[in-house]
Amino acid sequence: MDPGVPAPSGSPSGASAGAAAELAELLRRSARGDRDAFASLYDAMAARVHGLAVRVVRDPAQAEEVTQEAFLEIWRTASRFDADRGSAVSWVLTIAHRKAVDRVRSAEAASRRESTYHQQNQSIDHDSTADAAQASLEARRVRAALTQLTDVQREAIELAYFGGYTHTEVAALLDLPVGTAKTRIRDGLIRLRDTIGVGR
Amino acid sequence: MTDHDQTNETRQEWNDVHALSGAYAVDALDDLERARFESHLRNCPDCREEVDGLREAAAFLAVDPVEPPARLRADILAGIEAIRPLPPVVAPEPQSEPDDGRRRWLTTGAPLLVAAALVLVALATTAWLRPWADDESTPLTATERVLTADDADRFVQRFDDGSRATVVVSRSEGRAVVLTEDMAPAPEGKDYQLWLQDPSGDIDPAGLMPDQADATVLLEGDASDATWAGITVEPDGGSPQPTTDPIAEFVLDA
Ligand SMILES: [Zn+2]
Repeated sequence: MDPGVPAPSGSPSGASAGAAAELAELLRRSARGDRDAFASLYDAMAARVHGLAVRVVRDPAQAEEVTQEAFLEIWRTASRFDADRGSAVSWVLTIAHRKAVDRVRSAEAASRRESTYHQQNQSIDHDSTADAAQASLEARRVRAALTQLTDVQREAIELAYFGGYTHTEVAALLDLPVGTAKTRIRDGLIRLRDTIGVGR
Repeated sequence: MTDHDQTNETRQEWNDVHALSGAYAVDALDDLERARFESHLRNCPDCREEVDGLREAAAFLAVDPVEPPARLRADILAGIEAIRPLPPVVAPEPQSEPDDGRRRWLTTGAPLLVAAALVLVALATTAWLRPWADDESTPLTATERVLTADDADRFVQRFDDGSRATVVVSRSEGRAVVLTEDMAPAPEGKDYQLWLQDPSGDIDPAGLMPDQADATVLLEGDASDATWAGITVEPDGGSPQPTTDPIAEFVLDA
């Protein structure tokens, strides 16, 4: 079996169809103020949310704050979740990612980042995503899908998603002409989407 | 009155606003781009659908779980006690005809857009004329004097999302006015701040934009020999000097 071409699957963001439906139901119940449902949602998603927060903001204490902010926001806005538009996992991680990115872009973080801008550029581990993704079948699918991207697409997506950089900053980090990083990010995500078989 | 259309290369970036869908899906837009793209999303079902799919794909990247400390769970479950979940968004009202018409001419191409823009300008002008045209005895406000001055020069910036910003400067009145149409709101915690530059190169604060899509604002300060006007995004309440690159700038050479 060619690991580079995982079988397309309709399962949303790595959860089985049953688990995905269950998460969606937990969100709907949370929207009605059901604290037990929210606690179950937390138990199901906390490690993944926190993993993303740690990856983006790096500082453990700040990552905890981001995880907390994200879950409070998820509780507050659960009624905005629309299962017709996407999976519960993706919705939860979208909120968490936004909180994490807001955190690293806060004024203080921005000035700190400026001084380490170039060092970070040097120390970017281009295979970091692939290395870290090892255990689960889901991680293997991601790893396989990432091999389908061009190097520039993968680097641009990783700098944006895990680095929290804007596409303009990504262009500078990768020595791309201004305005092309956004295209690389989009093309890469489209290929990722089509390879994994999510979305449409 | 002279028209100066300053649609330039930096503005061209906005022309391909659809191409921002991927960067938006992974939060790789700055605050202003994000506000603009979100206002584009409201009118572009294609981009909405694409963003949903790309977010689904991006979620696959976050596959390295890290168990948070147990006390975080307790903190969060205690925290929600004080937060009321938002009500659901009620079903959108049926599409009104003007909306459909607007979408149609947005996709029909440039000539119609230009025509529409001219109509908008005309409407805006009419709206401005109405309050005082009926009553000749009411003295003109400074804003009205600038807009109706014989030497009023008009400088237009168009953005791809359909919004426009126009600076009107009257040297004889010594003042400038900015008019915005369909401007995306300033990001949370930020204000749009206005600036004027004098011939010596000094940039002076010229006031804040009110928080509304269509605004008409008289710039503070002397514009009789101003060479440049700009709008930047600043922390709430404004800054003594610009801290970000302008989102719109107007070279005021006649
Ligand atoms: Zn679009």
